[in-house]
Amino acid sequence: MIVVLVETDVQGVTEVSLETVTFARELAHRVGGASVHAVVVGPVAEGAQSQLMTQLGAQGVSAVHHAQDERLSMYSAAAWAASVVGIVESESARFVLCAGTPRGNEVLAHVAVRLQAAMAANVVRIEDVDPVVVTRQVMGGGVLEDMRLGDRVAVLTVAGHACDPQTADEPTTPALAAYSPELTDADLVARVTRVEEAVVADSAALTSARVVVGGGRGVGGPEGFGALLELTELLGGALGVSRVVTSLGWRPHHEQVGQTGSRITPDLYIACGISGAIQHWAGCQSAKTILAINSDADAPMVTKAHYAVIGDLHEIVPAINEELRTRSG
Amino acid sequence: MVNVLVGIKRVPDSSGEVLLAQDGQSVDARHVGYTISAHEECAIELAVQVATATGGKATALSVGSPDATEQLRNAIAVGCSDAVLVEADPDLLGPVDVAGAIAKIVQSREAEGDGYDLVLLGNDAADTGDFQVAVRLGYALNRPVVTGISTCEVIDHTVRARGDGPLGTEVFELPLPAVVAVMEGGVSPKYPSIPGRMKAKRAPLDTVLADQTPVGSGRVRLKLPPAQPSTVEILGEGPAAAAAVVDLLKRIGVVTR
Repeated sequence: MIVVLVETDVQGVTEVSLETVTFARELAHRVGGASVHAVVVGPVAEGAQSQLMTQLGAQGVSAVHHAQDERLSMYSAAAWAASVVGIVESESARFVLCAGTPRGNEVLAHVAVRLQAAMAANVVRIEDVDPVVVTRQVMGGGVLEDMRLGDRVAVLTVAGHACDPQTADEPTTPALAAYSPELTDADLVARVTRVEEAVVADSAALTSARVVVGGGRGVGGPEGFGALLELTELLGGALGVSRVVTSLGWRPHHEQVGQTGSRITPDLYIACGISGAIQHWAGCQSAKTILAINSDADAPMVTKAHYAVIGDLHEIVPAINEELRTRSG
Repeated sequence: MVNVLVGIKRVPDSSGEVLLAQDGQSVDARHVGYTISAHEECAIELAVQVATATGGKATALSVGSPDATEQLRNAIAVGCSDAVLVEADPDLLGPVDVAGAIAKIVQSREAEGDGYDLVLLGNDAADTGDFQVAVRLGYALNRPVVTGISTCEVIDHTVRARGDGPLGTEVFELPLPAVVAVMEGGVSPKYPSIPGRMKAKRAPLDTVLADQTPVGSGRVRLKLPPAQPSTVEILGEGPAAAAAVVDLLKRIGVVTR
């Protein structure tokens, strides 16, 4: 049996959690048709409940366990882990999965300690199931590691875009079982006390943008971003930058794309003056189409991109803006 | 007065090209050099801020080879007062071992009457990316732990920590002693000054030997992702390529006309 902790938002199950359920279904197939159970912890956004059940049914999930307790109204990794462990133990699960989001990695680390198990973060593939060997991203995705997990229970988070979310050939009508997890006071010490509206809205805009215009060292300085911002606006996208840009203080950190910034998944990423070091590539490699604008035709960003324009971005980007304005009349 | 222990890890610099050792068990960093993760640079800065604000001290710690003294002295150069190296072969250690080694230092210092109220770590190591050492340390020390934190301050023996959540900035208030894993973004790491470097040369650096048999990381082998041959299509050179770019935007449906 495989347990997947799914994260939800106002639209139901998040995209990366759907990917993880698909990943779990493929794993279930590898271990001889095990069933996949989903665990949802805490309150679900109004109206998202029925959508969530439809999505999980389309994914072929056999059962949905919903941990309910008013003490789960604010996030606490330990309380979420206690909720997951309750189901893992009652169902004798052999695998516990969650998407490799900040929350997913945090909760499953707690789950692993409580189950006295190893945890593999950011898994991209199941290499073997007997014994369990997974392939996961290390060095920000620049290197892969084959890692052995325990036989009793394997705890792993699944890297974003390790697979596409695909509906099951045989959809299900999963049973929804609400339950009260066993929570202790200690589980609630490190709990969110309040949520402040902040620049997160901006980084959320970056991770959900269809078009991202990226700027790197080649932009030259904080004043060089004018044309990039204009292009961003013309395309209705978001601005993303490389690490060097934020460490030099040219742009705020929430705009950073990369291993220690946001991981973006737009339809189009336009990388301007970005060399394409592993640190940055880790954050942008999931863009559907990448267009590099760079003066160096041999830069990794150019050779890894789908399309490129070679030359000075300070001449090219304004010319693109002008062309866009002309054509839109 | 709050004494802070900040854990750092010497890792290959990921801004260069990565090569693997022949046995596939480690990264060959001879040509790219070593650094610490951006998360840990911020953890050091937060440790120094908390120590300074409360009149305590910030101690840097690393579990690894003697070469990690370079990273520990850098931490002293930007404000830590001393450092501890737990000497061990980092390639033999897994997250359970690293958390265990740090816990042992915290417990032995506490027994000597010189405990650490706050332990700061980076959210995830830049090389192994395990995302769990802080959590395991929290359990080992029976302390509350929170990860993904960008800023923290200590007020009345409570650490107030902020980090990005799905709906905004999440605020946690943990009673000390506590463990906090830091993410880049809340503070700017400092560069060492000349006097800082001078101080770092002379500062005390305690070395202890890791004495537990490691559990290990479960690593079978490392491998490089298959090299993708470049399929880049050059649309043109200079501003003359603008029309070709807009044609492309139209073709992939990003603009409609």
